[in-house]
Amino acid sequence: MANVLRGNAHTYGKNVDTDVIIPGKYCNIVDPAELGKHALEGIDAEYTSRMKPGDIIVADSNFGCGSSREVAPIAIKGSGTAAVIASSFARIFYRNALNIGLPIFESPEAVAGIAAGDEIEVEPATGIVRNVTKGTQYQAAAFPPFMQALIDTGGLLPYVERRLAERQLSS
Amino acid sequence: MTLTEKILARHAGLDRVEPGQIINANVDLVLANELSAAVAIGVMKQIKGADRVFDKSKIALVEDHFVPAKDPQSAKIAKLMKDFAVEQEIEHFFDVGRGGIEHVVLPEEGLVAPGELIVGGDSHTCTYGALGAFATGMGSTDIAAAFVLGEVWIKVPSSIKIVYDGPLGDMVFAKDVMLKTVGTLGIDGATYRAIEYHGSTVDALSITGRITMANMAIEAGAKNGIFHADAKAIAFVKERTDRPFVVESADPDAVYERVVRIDVGSLEPQVACPHTPDNVHGISDVTRDDIWLDQVFIGSCTNGYIEDLREVAKILDGKKIASRLRVIVNPGSQKVWMQAASEGILTTLAQAGCVVNTPGCGACFGGHMGTLGEGERCLSTTNRNYVGRMGSPTAEVYLASPATCAASALTGKITDPRVVALAHA
Repeated sequence: MANVLRGNAHTYGKNVDTDVIIPGKYCNIVDPAELGKHALEGIDAEYTSRMKPGDIIVADSNFGCGSSREVAPIAIKGSGTAAVIASSFARIFYRNALNIGLPIFESPEAVAGIAAGDEIEVEPATGIVRNVTKGTQYQAAAFPPFMQALIDTGGLLPYVERRLAERQLSS
Repeated sequence: MTLTEKILARHAGLDRVEPGQIINANVDLVLANELSAAVAIGVMKQIKGADRVFDKSKIALVEDHFVPAKDPQSAKIAKLMKDFAVEQEIEHFFDVGRGGIEHVVLPEEGLVAPGELIVGGDSHTCTYGALGAFATGMGSTDIAAAFVLGEVWIKVPSSIKIVYDGPLGDMVFAKDVMLKTVGTLGIDGATYRAIEYHGSTVDALSITGRITMANMAIEAGAKNGIFHADAKAIAFVKERTDRPFVVESADPDAVYERVVRIDVGSLEPQVACPHTPDNVHGISDVTRDDIWLDQVFIGSCTNGYIEDLREVAKILDGKKIASRLRVIVNPGSQKVWMQAASEGILTTLAQAGCVVNTPGCGACFGGHMGTLGEGERCLSTTNRNYVGRMGSPTAEVYLASPATCAASALTGKITDPRVVALAHA
């Protein structure tokens, strides 16, 4: 992951559900780039034409609620969006985003202090969010230690491979 | 410990667990449909040393979202899952004509039992809490890991105890009770939590009623929703499987994050208005405005059961649906379809002017077989009404019970089923 993510903010309200992140009719697509063309289509049909790669989605509470479709974070990542900052995330989306490597940050203060178009910098390693336009800085919530360890070792797949190897050793 | 904590502790090989604790738990069943499987199978191929699933008898694969295939892309992912099922010798693979909607099929086939731990690549996996199992939805990467390891990491949720009291009034059903619950908690009111259902109202509910309620726990953001398995639940399961299971129950000193009491004695039929499932109102408030409909949909993992279809047939029997309205009925599974056929229900519905579709999820999530156009309005027995859920982002979806949907089918606008019942009397 890059040391610093930098892009402009696209802001949304609370309860951005996975049906608007990637509408059901696209859920038979598996290619990330193709999914990316339809990211946020249900709530903001112009998002993918307006955004530039590296831009950041900023939203209020309960981002990603509803369906468990993993294609929701895959579509956001596939669109070239660098990260999502939200006041809070729905449970399944949170887990999916970490599993597929979409950087997410939880900070109600940052969300309150960011307006559409603001230039934002995020340091994934520390969770520091800077609003370059306004000159303000915020600290996103730390991941629980178990999840941070998963992130540090490259996500769920290396973890699964390690568990499989442990079993082979003990059998 | 709460009921959820008891099940999680046993599956993690621990004497006790606390909310917030992260555990590795063994799973009894892993579920996927063709959408979640298509991604999960791709992920599994990337895992070094993972050629086979952990146990071919503990995986259920159900073709249900875009089938019978809507287009070549849908056919491709349906085939992808079928080929995987054949290659891995998966014992519980359900193609069209032999299954139906995953959450209707699994309890029906005896694949869910009290005390079990089930994960599924679909958010409505929480349905199985109706039979006293811990069941939760996950994304495809987590499902791929579960396919391979037969275990998942879980953060133990704190539990919200909801106590329902009072008998249900005329034309008031489990769906109305659950809509009221989601309206009370809010769509993020139970995020990361378990919901434990209690009280005289739910004790009196049928298994189908409990399924409807557990199914919508996710609509309040919950990780799982769970009922204690009573004699009724145990009998339901024993009719369908010989597999041994352990019935767990909450300890008398279990600690709940909070206790919510809902008195349903005076509850009227409920309707969730656009565009969130917690925008819930009593039907009297909703019928005050004339809300004209383009489509009524009856089906889904929430309300696609034989009891639901019987209720609808009772109201539509010998009548015609309103002109300029289309009514789409999806029996939840092949078995529900056959039962409805043998009881004459499908004929009753067809004669009233309904179209009866093959079992599947298509209409509910805006996939196919009932997609809404621009500006259209639908009253539905399904579980979600987010913007664009059933099709166009400018369409509106209202959620209600099968009885409310059937009453509304006769008039073409949202209608109190108690009024129709009175007219029958």
